[in-house]
This record gives sequence, C-alpha cells and structure tokens, in this order.
Amino acid sequence: MFNPLESAPPLWHNGPVPGAFYNFPGTQRIPAANPITHTQSPVTTSTSIIAITYDKGVLIAGDLVASYGSLARYRNCPRVIEVNPNIILGAGGDYADFQYVKSFIEQKIIDEDCLDDGLKMKPKSLYCWLTRIMYQRRSKLDPFWNNLVVGGLQDGVPFLGTIDKLGTAYTDKVICTGYGAHIALPILRDALDKKTNLNLNDAKALIKRCMEVLFYRDARSFPKYQLGIIDKDDGVKIEGPLTVEENWNIAYMT
Amino acid sequence: MSSIGTGYDLSASQFSPDGRVFQVEYAMKAVENSGTVIGLRGTDGIILAAEKLIMSKLHENTTNKRIFNIDRHIGMAFSGLIADARQIVEIARKEASNYRNQYGSSIPLKYLNDRVSMYMHAYTLYSAVRPFGCSVILASYQDDEPNMFLIDPSGVSYGYFGCATGKAKQSAKTEIEKLKLGQLSCKELVKEAAKIVYLVHDELKDKNFELELSWICKDSGGLHVKVPESVYADAEKAAKQAMEADSESDTEDM
Amino acid sequence: MFRNQYDSDVTVWSPQGRLHQVEYAMEAVNLGSATVGLKSDNYAVIIALKRASSELSAYQKKIINIDDHIGITISGLTADARILSRYMRNECLNYKYSLDAYMPLNRLISILGNKMQHCTQRYDRRPFGVGLLVAGFDDTGAHIYQTCPSANFYNCKAMSIGARSQSARTYLEKKLDELSSASLEELIKHGLRALRDTLPPEVDLTTKNVSIGYVGKGQNFKILEEEETAPYLSLIEGEERRGGGGGGIADAPADPLREGEAGDDGPRDPIPAVAMDTTE
Repeated sequence: MFNPLESAPPLWHNGPVPGAFYNFPGTQRIPAANPITHTQSPVTTSTSIIAITYDKGVLIAGDLVASYGSLARYRNCPRVIEVNPNIILGAGGDYADFQYVKSFIEQKIIDEDCLDDGLKMKPKSLYCWLTRIMYQRRSKLDPFWNNLVVGGLQDGVPFLGTIDKLGTAYTDKVICTGYGAHIALPILRDALDKKTNLNLNDAKALIKRCMEVLFYRDARSFPKYQLGIIDKDDGVKIEGPLTVEENWNIAYMT
Repeated sequence: MSSIGTGYDLSASQFSPDGRVFQVEYAMKAVENSGTVIGLRGTDGIILAAEKLIMSKLHENTTNKRIFNIDRHIGMAFSGLIADARQIVEIARKEASNYRNQYGSSIPLKYLNDRVSMYMHAYTLYSAVRPFGCSVILASYQDDEPNMFLIDPSGVSYGYFGCATGKAKQSAKTEIEKLKLGQLSCKELVKEAAKIVYLVHDELKDKNFELELSWICKDSGGLHVKVPESVYADAEKAAKQAMEADSESDTEDM
Repeated sequence: MFRNQYDSDVTVWSPQGRLHQVEYAMEAVNLGSATVGLKSDNYAVIIALKRASSELSAYQKKIINIDDHIGITISGLTADARILSRYMRNECLNYKYSLDAYMPLNRLISILGNKMQHCTQRYDRRPFGVGLLVAGFDDTGAHIYQTCPSANFYNCKAMSIGARSQSARTYLEKKLDELSSASLEELIKHGLRALRDTLPPEVDLTTKNVSIGYVGKGQNFKILEEEETAPYLSLIEGEERRGGGGGGIADAPADPLREGEAGDDGPRDPIPAVAMDTTE
C-alpha cells in the first residue's frame, strides 16, 4: 500500500498493523533452523581481466565471450565499462552478477550527477565501496561471483585495484584476474622489472601480447576483446572489439 | 473565506461546513509568498526559469538553488518552502531510481508525475502531518517529446504548455499567454523566459534576485542541465534590454 | 505574547501561509550567545562567545568537532545541537567507511537539512531549536554553512547567528571583499572584531569566553585552547570598538525568517532547557 510516511519513521512502533497478522510479543515462533540455500556457483561466466598502469593512466582489457560451462555461448558480452570520467571498470566471473553490480554502480553515478555539485567519484572511492559490498555479500554467504578491477585517475595519479568475491582487495601496478593471474601476470611483472615507467604504447603492446598468450592458453577465452583506456590527457575510451592475431601454425611443431 | 478562524481550518483532515479543506489552501499561500517560477514548453524541449530572491549579501550565490535534477532526463523547479521542496526532490529521485531498477529504463514523466502527486496528496489527508508548502514543476524531454507538469500542495497536477507559480504567477501567466508556445523553439524561449522573470520581479518589495535558467531539449541531448553560460548571458541581456525599453515607454506615456 | 490560534502545532498552516511553530523555533537561535563564521579561499574559521551559567560553573562549550575536515558552532538549545552533531559525525564516518574519502560539505548539509525537515511536518515532533554554523574544507574549497530550525540552510561567505548577531553581520558585510584573500590570522582577527561588536560596552572578549576553531588546506579542524587564543585576542586589543550595544537593528534584517530579532541586553543566563525531546 501507499504509505505517505515511508520515508520517515512510523508514528508508533511495535503496534498492530492494519491488514497484517499481529504476533503478540514473546509468542513469535522461531522458524525452523534450516540453512538458507542460495546459488553459490557461477553459471554464465567470463574469464580473465588484464590491467596495467602506465605513466599517465590505466589500461583494462577483457575479452567478449561469456561461457556456459566450457561452451563459448555468448560472443558479444562487454565487461570493460566507463563508470565516469575518472573511472573505468573491468569484471570477470558470473556475467549476471556483473550486470547487477553494473546496474547499481550506474545508479550511484546518476545519483551523483543529479546533485550537480561538480564532484565526481574517484577510483579509490569506488574501489572502497565495492570492497564493502563484496565483503558484505560474502559474509551473508551469498557472494557476487566476480573479480572486479577498478582503474582510474585519483587526482591525476593512476590508480588500479581489484576486489574478488570474498571481499579480498588490493591495489597494484599490474593486476590480472582468473586464468590471467597465472599466465599473464608473470609477463607483465617481468616487463615492469625491465622498465618501470611505461608509456601508453609500451602498455598497449604488453596488453596485446597478454591477450594473445591468454587466447592460446586459456580454453575459456576468445579472440575478440575490449580495451578500456583512461588517460590523463585523453580521458576515457573503450576501444574494440579488437582482434587477437591468431596463428595456429605454431601448433604443428614442424 | 467566511470560515477562517471558526476552528475548521486547523487540520488537514477536517472539512469546513462549506466543504473546503482550509489547511491545503493555506499551504498554497506559502507558495504565493515565494519567488516566481515558470516553465515553458517549446517545440523541442522545456525551459525552466526561476526568480531566486537573495536574502543576504553574506550568502554565496550558488546557495539554495530552485531548480533540481531528478534524473538525467528530468528537471524540477519549485516555488515555496525550500526545505519541503527538497523532500519532494528526494522522493522523486527515489521513484526515478526505483523505476530504473525495476524496468531497466528511465521513468516516463507521466508516471513520475503520478507518483509524486500522489505523495503530496497523501499529506493532505491526515491530521498528523501538514500539506507540503511548495508547488513543483516537473519537466522532461523523452522520445522527441517535451512534457511538463505542475503539482500543487493539494496533490493536483496538470500537464502544461506554459505554467507559472509563486508570487507573481498571475502576471507571469498573462505574459506566457502572449507567447506562441506551440511554434517557438527552446533557443527562442530562453529569452522569453528570462524576460518574463525580469518583468514580473517586484523591485520595490524584493531588491535583489538571481535568474535561474535550465533546459531539457534536443540541444542538451535530452539531459536536464543549466543553460550554457553564453545562452544565459544572451537571455539575461535581452531581458534587461526589454526592461529598459519598457521603462522608457512608461515615462513617455506619462 | 503574540499567541494566536494557528501556533499550537507544527502541522498547522496559518491563513497567511506561515508556520508559527517553526518561526518560534527560529527564535530559540537568537537566545544563544553569538557566534561567527567566515572564510577565505583556503581557510574557514568559526569563533563563538561562550557563557557561564554562574560564577562557579564552567563556560558552555560552543564549538564541536565533527570530522577531520568539519567543525560546527552552535546557537540555541545545546542538547538539540548534540543530536545534530552526533548525526553529522555518524554520516561523516559512514561516508569515510564506504567511500574512503571525506564527506563533501554540501552533501552532509543537504542530508542534514532533510533530516531536520521531517520534524517540521509531523505533529509528534518539534523542530530543532538550534542554529549551526558549519565550517569545513573539501575538494571544492573552504565553506561556511548556516542551518536553521526551519531546515533551511545557506552556503555563506561569512555569517553570524545568535543574540545580537546583527552587529557582527554588519561588520562582516563591510569586510566581505577583504575576506577571500585574507590570511588565517587576518580571518581570525576579523572574526574576533565581528564577535566583539555584538558585546555591550562593559563586556570584552577574554580567553575564557572566546572559542576559536578553524580548518583549511592541509589543516585539520582545530579548536584552539585557552592559551592559544590569547595571542589572537591581544592582536585586536586596544582597538577602538565600534557598534556594540545597539544590536544594529537599524540595518534591517533582510531575512524574513529572522525578523524582529531580540535586541536584548547582552549575555544572560542560559534559559534552562526543559522537557527536551532527545529521541533521535
């Protein structure tokens, strides 16, 4: 029913509500202590996210497939998005969970835009907020089955952080999730050891190399991917679909 | 108003013997004590204009704006008590957000208007609360169609081509009726809106005021925004020129 | 007094479209001792006049810390102010917890305004009988906000509220152009002079009855200790005093909600706050 006071506390507490059953205090039955069961496994999933910071910004890449088990079922599922002019976000894991997370992030940005106070959320804030949400859901034993990667510019300084379904969160110069954490991360770390201050072209070349290696090695990957760029000078761009140059001749070992 | 003071005008939940709810009428009086606000519907969008009275030199000029964003595609202007109006803003934003959450698209103004006017009406039904001391104008531009509604403290609302509320609503209405609203574009209407606000401003009673102008139209990409600075400057200039021309012809008459 | 049949409840509109209960609550602000807030581009300063209820009692605290970047000063019912300050502290903490950032002033004030509005629309509540000056520093610079029992709030360049504060506002209006580029020391001096203008001639500012707080770029909100206020007081000592006593009614208040300001006779004992509703 429509209640004019819903945004304010009720006029009295703990009283009978018209049209509802009233349980006298102390007589309420405790429901049987069966465990609440939820879907605790992902269904339609996407794979790794690769992210790297460079001197003037952050890159985040992720391919476009959403797998159904081992079936490459949906071939155009973008998962690198612009959040606002300060932030880009990439996500792996359950695609439906990501879509839900995305919808409430977008609403948060709209709420902020409506205030029209000239303030825009910064990546550290989104990273913190998502950490709280992911940890809260994991504590309710009903996690969002995602790896989230937040990239952006925190007052002009590149920021990169990630949160997993347990609420584990950390920031780093390079972040890879899923299979990429095993296959791509060593490549990126190695590159950073050799040259600490990458520029945009270095970073792009590295991402390209990683996506290529991942496509060969990761059975849940796909040769089409998106690349999110946030740059101090050029702002936010989501490029793609980009294509991995395949060459299976190397498989013949001749 | 023969029943004033006979004791039938103390509660929103009480009719007077001649069938009126005086508390609602009194709330409308609060609106009439406040600065004038107008809305004009053009062929390609809506203009909202407000006369913001400046109460003290010590205030920043950004304070107490009278035009708000409800959603990206919906604007609201109000006349009356600002604290009450902010409450309406709050629930209108909640409704817009709620609709998007449920249906995945932005709320049509018709629905928002329904919900907000029902909310305001509910506050005219109980003795435990008082009616809102503000009228609001809601404006949107969706699917190439501009729409505008004015809601009174009674909860009554109508759609309008041109509407006015506040102190000088009568003279503003007279001015609005002179315009060919069905044929003018927003660009042309901005100047008219500014002129009307300047014209109906009572220099003797209220010394200082600030003109607020916003639009939601094709040019703004369907977003509700303050009019661009250059457009604002032009409109204000046109209004001031019109005022000067007006006062000159007045002296000639004498 | 001015009793009429429309002033019994906050839910009753008068035939003129006024809310008498809310207007009466606005008067409570004028019963508190004066307090001044002012800002430059980089600093926001609040200065308050403290009262002691008797010779034996301590002076009533007038400045309250909200967060690293926000402080408030109050005029009116102190107990009501404590409810509001607890709420503000809470909101700042929640903001910091969820977003790892300091809460922007305008957002804090606007939700505070919405909270205060509820009490002006239902018969089982009364408005908060306190006015606040909020000083803060955020990404958009230094700010002074004023809040009222009517749930109105104003973003101010400078402001003064409380008993006989019109004199202080007159002073601040005169000095308005100098403020934005002023140094912290100059700001405090202007604030002290404004506050001194509200005093009757026989009373002067002392380290006991003055409280100073400030916040700014790279400076967390800080309330000065007694011995720290002394140097600032000595800076304006011996200057010729203007105004004072009269309450400056001649300079008619432009704010209709503050009309008929009490031009009363200076500091007096605080009105005992009885039958306080302290829920929420």
